[in-house]
Parts: sequence; C-alpha cells; structure tokens
Amino acid sequence: MTTLLPRPGAPPADEHELRERWEDDPGIPGFFGTVDHKRIGVRYLVTAFAFFVVSGIFALVMRVQLAAPNAHVLSPEAYNQLFTMHGTTMIFLFNTPVLAGFGNYLVPLQLGARDMAFPRLNAFSYWIFLLGGLMMYAGFAFGTAPDGGWFAYAPLTDSLYSPGKGMDFWAIGVVFVGISTTVGAVNFLVTTFKCRAPGMSLSRVPIYVWSFVVFGFMVLFAVPAVTLAAGLLEFDRLFDTAFFRPGQGGNALLYQHLFWFWGHPEVYILFLPAAGMISTILPVFARRKIAGYTWIVGSLVAIGFISFGVWVHHMFATGVPVLAMSFFSAASLVIVLPSGVQFFCWIATMWHGKVRFHTPMLFAMGFLLLFLLGGITGVMVAVLPWDWQATDSYFVVAHFHYVLNGAVVFPIFAAIYYWYPKFTGRMLSERLGHASFWVMFIGFNVAFFPMHMLGLLGMPRRIYTYESGLGWDWLNLVSSIGGFMFATGVGVTFVNLWVSRKHPRDAGPNPWDADTLEWATESPTPEWNFAAVPIVASRHPLWDQRPMTFAEDGAYGPEGALRRAIPITGGLGAEPEDVLYVPPETALPFWVALGLALVFVAMLVQAQLVAIVGLAVAAVAVLRWTWRIGDRDIATRPETEP
Amino acid sequence: MRFAVDTPPSILDAHGSEAHHLANVWWIMLGIAAFVYLVVGGFIVLASVRGRRREPAEGPSRHDQYFIWIGGVIVPTVILMFVAFLTVHTGAALRAPGKNPLRVHVVGKEWWWAVEYPGTSVVTANEIHVPVGQPLEIQVDAGDVVHSFWVPQLAGKLDAIPGQHNILRFTVRQVGVYRGECAEFCGLQHAHMNFRVIAETPGDFTKWLLHEQQITPVPSSELAARGQLAFNSSACAGCHAIRATDARSNVGPDLSDVGARARLGAETVDNTPDNLRRWIADPSHFKPGVRMPPAVNSPDDLDAIVAYLEGLR
Amino acid sequence: MTTVEAALAPSLPAAGPRGRSVGWWGVLCMIMTEAMLFVGLLASYFFLWASSDEWPQGAIERPEVARISVFTVVLLGSSIPIFIGEWANRRGRMSLARSALFVSFLMGAVFLANQVLEYRDLHFGWRDNAYASIFYVTTGLHGLHVLLGLLINLVVQAKGYARRLAPSHDVTVEVFSLYWHFVDVVWIFVFSSLYLAPHFA
Ligand code: HEA
Ligand code: HEA
Ligand code: HEC
Ligand code: CUA
Ligand SMILES: [Cu+2]
Repeated sequence: MTTLLPRPGAPPADEHELRERWEDDPGIPGFFGTVDHKRIGVRYLVTAFAFFVVSGIFALVMRVQLAAPNAHVLSPEAYNQLFTMHGTTMIFLFNTPVLAGFGNYLVPLQLGARDMAFPRLNAFSYWIFLLGGLMMYAGFAFGTAPDGGWFAYAPLTDSLYSPGKGMDFWAIGVVFVGISTTVGAVNFLVTTFKCRAPGMSLSRVPIYVWSFVVFGFMVLFAVPAVTLAAGLLEFDRLFDTAFFRPGQGGNALLYQHLFWFWGHPEVYILFLPAAGMISTILPVFARRKIAGYTWIVGSLVAIGFISFGVWVHHMFATGVPVLAMSFFSAASLVIVLPSGVQFFCWIATMWHGKVRFHTPMLFAMGFLLLFLLGGITGVMVAVLPWDWQATDSYFVVAHFHYVLNGAVVFPIFAAIYYWYPKFTGRMLSERLGHASFWVMFIGFNVAFFPMHMLGLLGMPRRIYTYESGLGWDWLNLVSSIGGFMFATGVGVTFVNLWVSRKHPRDAGPNPWDADTLEWATESPTPEWNFAAVPIVASRHPLWDQRPMTFAEDGAYGPEGALRRAIPITGGLGAEPEDVLYVPPETALPFWVALGLALVFVAMLVQAQLVAIVGLAVAAVAVLRWTWRIGDRDIATRPETEP
Repeated sequence: MRFAVDTPPSILDAHGSEAHHLANVWWIMLGIAAFVYLVVGGFIVLASVRGRRREPAEGPSRHDQYFIWIGGVIVPTVILMFVAFLTVHTGAALRAPGKNPLRVHVVGKEWWWAVEYPGTSVVTANEIHVPVGQPLEIQVDAGDVVHSFWVPQLAGKLDAIPGQHNILRFTVRQVGVYRGECAEFCGLQHAHMNFRVIAETPGDFTKWLLHEQQITPVPSSELAARGQLAFNSSACAGCHAIRATDARSNVGPDLSDVGARARLGAETVDNTPDNLRRWIADPSHFKPGVRMPPAVNSPDDLDAIVAYLEGLR
Repeated sequence: MTTVEAALAPSLPAAGPRGRSVGWWGVLCMIMTEAMLFVGLLASYFFLWASSDEWPQGAIERPEVARISVFTVVLLGSSIPIFIGEWANRRGRMSLARSALFVSFLMGAVFLANQVLEYRDLHFGWRDNAYASIFYVTTGLHGLHVLLGLLINLVVQAKGYARRLAPSHDVTVEVFSLYWHFVDVVWIFVFSSLYLAPHFA
C-alpha cells in the first residue's frame, strides 16, 4: 500500500469569500447563534468532560470514604448524593453527550457533508442538554441534591420519602437530557440517510456512522420510556397522582419496567458508538481494511434489536415469575453473539494487519481486554439464578465499570488521541499518551478488579460505610488506591492537551493515513468542511481513491460552498436529489431552550411570573422559527431561482 | 452472647441449599470465563504483535471468515447453550415449594426488619431464628420503600416491594449465625439495615419459639418496674410494642425480647447496657437520620428504661 | 461505476427535487418517538389493569362511549380536509388550501372542547387512584397534542395568508399534515384502550 497523501479539498473559488460566508460573528452573538456542527460538537465535548471531571472527583471522594471501615469522611446524606450524582452525571451528562459530541463533529465529515441536516435543531439539542445538566445540579444550590440512586426507584423517590426539591430537578433534568438526545438522534438519522456524499451508497457508509444510525433508532424507541418514568414520577410528586403508589392502586414495579426499558438499551446506546470508534481506529493502525464490514454492521443492528428484549435482567430479584425471567435471561445470552462477532472481526483485522502501537491503538487494545472481561461478567450476571446472588452487590459494580468505564471511556480516550489532530491541526505527545494509557490501564484494574471479589464476599452496593471484620477492608483500600491511579492517568492526558497548546506540533491533513472522509479536508476543519464535496467510489475512499476525487460544479463544487449548500442525496446509492442550505446563525434555538427551562424551573419553585415569561420567550422564539421554515425553499427552489 | 457473626458473608462459603447450588454455578462459570478470557485475550495479544514485521493483507482474507465463524459464532453458541442449560436447570430447581415448610414473615422498613412467625404470637426484629434442615418460606414484604432481603451464605436476593408479597424458599444446612443485608438502596441508612439469621437445631428452635410465646414482661427489679412505667407513659409506647403490656405500636421494632438481641439498630452497634442507654438517649448518634427521636429527658428515666429493656429476653 | 459517473457531474436533477423533503423525514422520526411515548402510556395502562382486582379501580364507572364516539368521528374526519388542503397546495390553489385547513381546525377544536367539557363531567379526580391518574394523563397528553396541532394549523394558515408557503412542494404543509394524521391515529388507540376495552373485559 502506498502512502500517498490525499489531496486536500479542491482549491476553493476564493478562500476569503468562503470565510465571509461561513464564519460566525465574533463575540456574544456568534457564541449563542452558531449552528456549525463542529463548534457545537466541540462544545458538547468540553461540557461533557467538565461533567466527567466533576463526577470523577465525586467518585474519588466516595473511594476515600470507603477506603477504610467506619470512616467519617462523608455523612450518609453526602455519600448518597455523591453516588447518585456520580452515576447520573456519568450516564446522562458525560457518556451520552461526549459520544454525541464526537458524532456531531465527525458524522457530517465522514459523510462528506457541509453540516447536519438540521443545524438549528442541533444547536437546540446542545442548549437543552446544558440546561438539563445544570438543572440536575441545581439541587446542590437548594441543599437537597438528588439522592435516590441513578435509577431513582419509586416509592423511595416519591414525595413522601424524598421531600426535597432535588428529586424534582433530577426528574426534569432527565426529561431535558432525553429531549436533547432525541433531537440529536433525529439529526443523525436524517443526516446519514439524506446528506451523504454522492456515490456513498449504504454499503460504503463508514461503520462509525452506522453505529450512529443504530444509536439513532435506539434512542427514538427507548428514550420515551425514561421520559415517562421520570415524568409520571414527577406527576406523583407534584400533583399527587398515584402511578407508583401501591396504596392507591398504583404499582411500584411499573416504574422499574419503564426505567429499564430505556435503561438497558441505553447502555448499548453508549456502547455502540464507542465500538464504532474502535472499528474506525483499529484498522487504521493495523494498516488494513476492517475484516467483516457487513458482519459488523449486522451485529450493530442485531444488538440494537435484541437490547429491547432484555430489560428484565435488571429486575431478576423483584419476584417476576421464573419462567418469564428465563426468557430475558436467554435473550441476554443471545446478545453475546453479535458482540462476539464484532470482537472476532477486530481480532481478524489485526491478525492479518501490521499493528502500529500509537496511543489511539493502545487505548483500543485496552478496550479489547477490558470489554472482554466486562462482557464475560455480563454473561455471568445474565445467568438468572446466579444474578440473585450478584445483583446489587459490588460484583455488578465491577461489571458495569468494566463496560462503562472500560468499554466506553477507553474508546473515548482512543478517540481523543485519534481525532485531536483533526479538531485542532496539532498532534498530541506520544510519550505522554503512552504514559497516560499505562497509568490508566493499570489503575483501572487495581480499582475495579477487587470489586468482583468484594461482591463475592457479600458487599452490597450503595452503602456509605461498612464494619471491620467482614473481609472487605483491604480490598476496598486497594480499590481506592487504584481509583486515584486511574485519575492520575486521566490527568496526564489533560496535561498532554495543555502541552500541545503551548508547544504546537503541526499535524497535516491526514497524520494517520486514515481512510475516511474527515481526513479529506484540512485540519483543523474549515468552517465549510468541504469546498468541493468528495465523490465516493469506495468504502475506504482515501485508501482506494488516490488521489481523491472532488466534485467541481453546482451545489457540490466550490460554488455550492459559497452558497452554504448541502447537497441532498437519496436512495441506497446516494443519488443527487435536492439541495439544502445551511441557515444563517441564529440564537432562536438558545431562546427556545432557555424559555422551556425557565418554565419548568419556575414551576418547581412556584414562581408563576417567571413561568409566564419563560413560556412567552419560548413561544415567540418557536413562532419565529416556524415562520422561517421553508424560507430557503421559497428562495431557492429551482423555479424561483434567479 | 456473640456479637459479630463468625465469618465474612461470602456467597462462596455456602450453608444454605440455594447458596450451595449457586456457589457451584459460580465455579463452573469461573472455569468457562477463565478459559474464554485466556483464549480470546491470547488471540488479541498474539494478533497485535504477530504482524509487526509482516505486510498487511490487501483486501479481505479467507482467514477473516474463519475467525468470525469459529470465534464469533460457533464456539460462543456452544458455550452459551451450555450456560443457558445451566440457567434453566438451576433456575427451575431453586425456589420451588418444599415439603412441610416453615413460614416466616419478614417486613423491610426504613431501616430495620420486622420478623413474624405466622400462626404464633411471636414478633421480633432484625434476628431471624430458623431450624436447620426444614424448608423455609420467607415471605418478604415492604413496609415503605423497596428493600432487598439477602443472606449471602444461605440464598440469593429477593426484593421487598410495596404492594407485592414475594416468597423466598431455601433450607439452611448448618447451624450457625449468618449475616443478612438489605441489598436494595432504601434511603439514608441503607448501609445499616442488616440482620442475622440464627440457624439452630430443630430442638433448639422449638425451644426458642416456645420461650418467645411465653414472654411475660415482669420487671425483675424496682428500677425496671419504674422503667416499665416510664416506657409506657412516654413516647416509646407510641412506636414500640412489648407483648402483654400496653405498648402495642408497630412503628418501630417489637422490643419484647430486645434484651436477648446481639446488636441494636439493625446490626449497627453491639447490644450492651451502655450502648442501649446511649441509643435511647440519642439514636442518631449511632445511626444518623434514624427514624426514632430521642424521647427520654431525665437520666433517671433513662436508667430505669434501660434496666427494664435489658430484662426483656 | 455508474454512480460515480453520475455523481461526477452532480447537478440538480432536471425535473426539480425528488423525494420527500428532509423536514418531512425529520418529523417522521419525531413521530416515531412520540408514538413510543403513547405505546409506553398504554402499556402502563394495561400493566396497571393486569395488576388490579377491578378495572376501573375503586368503583369508578366505566367511561361512557356514546358521546366520545361522535367526537372521535369528528377528529378522525378532520384528516380529510387536511388531505384536500395538501392536494390544493400542490396544485397552487391556495385559497382552497386555506379553507380546508380552517375546516380541519374547526373540527379539531370541537373535539378538544368536548374533551375539556368531559373532564368537568367526570366523577373522579386524577388523585383518586392509579386508574384515574392514567386516564387523565393519557387523554391529557393526547389533548395537548391536539392543542399543539391546532396552533400549528393557525401558523400554517397565517403563513398562507402571508404568502410564505411555497406552492407545489412545501415543507410546512407537508410536515403539518403528517403530524395531524399522527394525532388522529394515536386517538384510535387511546380511544380503544381507555374507552372501549373496559366494556369488553
Ligand atoms: C456499556 C455498557 C454495558 C455493556 C456493553 C454491557 C454488556 C452486557 N451486560 Fe451489562 N450492565 C451495564 C452496562 C453494560 N453492560 C450497566 C451500567 C449495568 C448496571 C446498571 C445498574 O444496576 O446500575 C449492567 C448490568 C447488567 C445486568 C444486571 C445485573 C444486575 O443488576 O443484577 C446484566 C444481567 O444480565 C447485564 C448483562 C450484560 C450482558 C450479557 C452484556 C453483553 O452485551 C456482553 C457481551 C460481550 C462479551 C461477552 C464479550 C465479547 C464476546 C466474545 C469474545 C465471545 C465469546 C464469549 C463468550 C462465549 C462468553 N448487565
Ligand atoms: C461512565 C461511567 C462511569 C465512570 C467513568 C465511572 C468512574 C468511576 N467510578 Fe463509578 N459508577 C457509575 C458509572 C461510572 N463510574 C455508575 C452508573 C454508578 C452507579 C451509581 C448508582 O448506584 O446510582 C457508579 C457507581 C460507583 C461506585 C459504587 C458506589 C456505591 O454503590 O456505593 C463506585 C465505588 O467505588 C464508583 C467508583 C468509580 C471510580 C473510582 C471511578 C473512576 O474511574 C473515576 C476516575 C476519576 C476521574 C476521572 C476524575 C478526573 C480526573 C482528575 C481529577 C485528574 C486531575 C485533573 C486534572 C489534572 C485537570 N462508581
Ligand atoms: C417515632 C417512633 C419511635 C419512638 C417515639 C421511639 N422509637 Fe425506638 N425505634 C423506632 C424505630 C423506627 C427503630 C428502628 C431504628 C432502626 O434500627 O433503624 C427503633 C429502635 C429502637 C431500639 C432498637 C431495637 C433493635 O432491636 O434494634 C430500641 C431499644 C428502642 N427503639 C427503644 C426505644 C425507647 C426506649 C423509646 C422511648 C424512649 C423509643 N424507642 C421511642 C421508633 C421509635
Ligand atoms: Cu433497606 Cu436498603
Ligand atoms: Cu442490561
């Protein structure tokens, strides 16, 4: 294989003019008004990582409390709030948005599009996520942070047992983040199906993008369930309805069904894009095309489907009839098959490849070894009777940190090292990268492996302290030390990011000699992504089409870039259909999100006036927005075109 | 009086029928897991270092399909079928009704366990006496929020869910004291909602049950008699029951045999006279947020009540 | 290689845009997830039913069918003028399109008015028990969708008057009609589950 670098985007008509058409206003208006998927994507990433650090620090404080028996570092209130916010933040405010952030930045680029299909909705999705996240944290300001655990089982979380406002903010925050994810999912789906570069038939869509297609469908079908769980809980709390109140004909188990009907698919919603990252990165460093493309795509789809039929495995101890549970147990075993297929596709890729151990690849290897263990313990807890022992013990805590922290966070770190040159045009230090990996990898195992043993020794989860003499002391101490080691490894990566700012090293357009389209333009990506849209004739365009081909005229060429055009393609083969125009920057999405947030927060603290103001803001903004829908149609339809 | 339980509550140190089965399941699964991890992990490492000097394959290789079919489909299917068999096989056998069972009714409340023996007048808390060898039917109910009943050495968990009556069935195999825990997060003091199962020979158990039914709280001293008076006339009786007295409420644990309990506050502190005194004076000292207020003001009353309760056994 | 060759000279197809607009696909996705919201509610309804001794719970009488049936017909009927409106808009007959939208608006409004009045006539409040809660929340959520639909209808009409609707192929109209049909179809399920099913148990 030759290492010819692809030609960066065909020379634009006039770079200066392009800049004028695409660049956001500087300062405040541009900040609130941007609809650029890259800026929004980076915003997602930065926000999500801020939440990661906060939540990680919570975990470390918890580990200090648990390091020794009968410790008094934290009161029980504080501990319960910390683990609740740790879990909630990691799932809702770190993992989901960080993946959405990478997707936001990369999916349009990998498709060869100039933006998402709905740029304004994309901005809205970010703002509503940010406000939802802040709302979840608002409880701290009211002195009652949420403390019902990340799945907030009723009736513990009903007003009788959790009277504070914290739970209300939690529930509304969940709904808001759900809206954000849903809007994002719609955007990913329509973008993938309608905004592909010409020639990118479905069988040439990169696996990473496929993972977002499955992500999208799963979100659409799963999120309403958690919206209902949180929403109905909130009705019970605020308006005294009786959904989860057994004394009044309600059913406490209904909450659990609703929650896990989303909760289980959610963990794969997190996992699949992470697996997609691995399928992107691993072949690049193995220097060959991924083995079993079709198998992998099929596996993603299969996992998506089956994951809707396993939720009861989180409820094995609730007394559901054994026969029914056996079905869910079996379905949980079946889901292993597509995971195994993916796994062996990765192994096969490396087997006949020539692996280069750059930092992204190290993290990918770490992922393989950790996910393997987490997956296997997953199989163990899927065994119905055995889960009666394991559930709600530290064995489960070990399982889900191996999968969430191992199989999702490690790919995310691989992605940081892999795509950072794309985002910034600068390289990260390999030395610091390797150091960070090894400290994280060893620290991870020191922190989480002992938790399996703690589970076997009968330690339940979510206890703020324990007594000495149960055989748990030293394992907990080791685990705490590992937690700090892992955090140090994370810190090294932050240092790495900082160093690369201070001493930039130029990356060039395609530093890894990768195959996907995001590398077919300059790094950092110009605002318009592609002055000329690439024309795709292969699944691995930058490897097979040397030099890369770019469109020259019409909406696809530089002329289209000047008019902010996104060509719309359709059908299986991505044939040209229509043209869409990226809307000018607008703060309307921000106002809608802010208005909605005001309405809900005001309702919770009973400030009617603020609620009315919020409603008015949202209504006016929505009206203006709907008023403009179709403007582009009128102005640019072929028959009315100048 | 033994305070702490003998051993760590390890699920692999099984002394009950269900735990015993599940410990076996664990060892089988561990064997499979180790095998899978070593083989697959070995492939990962081998695959990554193997090709360092080789030229990578152009295009798909025939071996790709071997890997996918054998490693990804065939072998896992075989293993999973075995695991599924294991699941169904043990799942159906466990928790099936046994012959001539003893029923015990357990109610989880924030943050203690009420224990009743249906058909008798016996009510106690946080200590469950059972005979070895006889099948048990533990009915697990919830008094407020969701809890989970777990004695790792005896059986797996069963949740206590408001509005539902779940039944856990197992047989204890060895005499001993086993630590039990609440395994579902239930609020502030979820960490201190533990209990113990005291498994006795059938003879000892019957003796205990008889003794419990005959408890008559005749104060043994003048001090204790004053204690009884103070108990019944203060807030205590508004929450607690003591058999054959005017104290009849079930808000808090039944105290008819409290003097005989090893520990107080759902295994929070050892039951010594000193601790009992401090518990009554300020329960939140040991168990912050506990649902019992400090309810005695005068030290004299306190001494008297302690003396009274100490004598209840 | 034909795709590539075709794509090498990419320009708009001569006959103008083909296929549904991007907005239409987006709304279709939104509708899928909204539909799941109702699926979840109705599943909860049947779950509560299955775990109750009596249904409706607590001596609440079964919902009356006759009155709601009439208004069900009105609501479902309101889809017909929408079809007409869409058709008229495609032909560029804007005034017919606007009148059709208006008729549909009236029918939807009549349905909603009846819902509100019916709430006043019910002998139970949402606090009474879980049946009452889910009855109010399900019908209420649907009512909210109708209300939203009516508001969008007004916006579309206003855009018609302001000549902001592109003749022949307009996102606004397309998307609104899709949404309104969805609101109608959902009602069929809500109606059968909440009003009819208890009579057949
Ligand atoms: C990224 C997230 C993620 C992923 C990918 C998984 C993957 C799996 N999980 Fe996990 N799970 C969680 C996140 C995740 N989980 C979380 C967060 C919880 C707890 C929530 C809470 O309670 O707070 C949880 C809890 C949880 C439970 C409930 C435990 C309990 O509470 O009692 C169960 C039970 O069945 C389970 C099963 C599985 C299974 C079977 C898989 C499988 O998909 C794994 C499949 C993969 C492999 C097995 C490895 C690769 C395969 C091969 C190499 C083939 C050969 C292998 C064999 C033949 C074994 N998980
Ligand atoms: C993605 C998901 C994710 C991640 C990454 C983590 C990461 C960690 N988790 Fe967590 N965890 C969950 C998801 C996750 N967790 C969930 C869902 C629960 C269940 C909650 C519930 O029961 O409701 C849970 C519960 C949970 C518990 C059980 C609590 C209990 O049941 O009582 C514990 C206990 O040890 C724990 C520990 C840790 C630790 C030590 C880390 C470490 O990896 C953290 C490492 C620390 C950092 C990453 C900090 C940032 C870095 C620095 C501070 C470095 C310095 C900074 C600079 C130089 C700038 N977690
Ligand atoms: C408002 C109700 C209430 C009042 C009043 C009350 N208690 Fe309690 N008591 C409880 C509850 C609830 C518990 C269980 C606490 C736990 O373990 O979480 C308890 C536990 C106890 C225990 C420990 C029992 C055990 O086995 O663990 C003792 C002893 C006790 N109370 C004595 C008293 C005395 C003496 C008084 C009066 C001075 C009193 N209580 C007043 C509610 C009350
Ligand atoms: Cu009761 Cu935890
Ligand atoms: Cu799951």
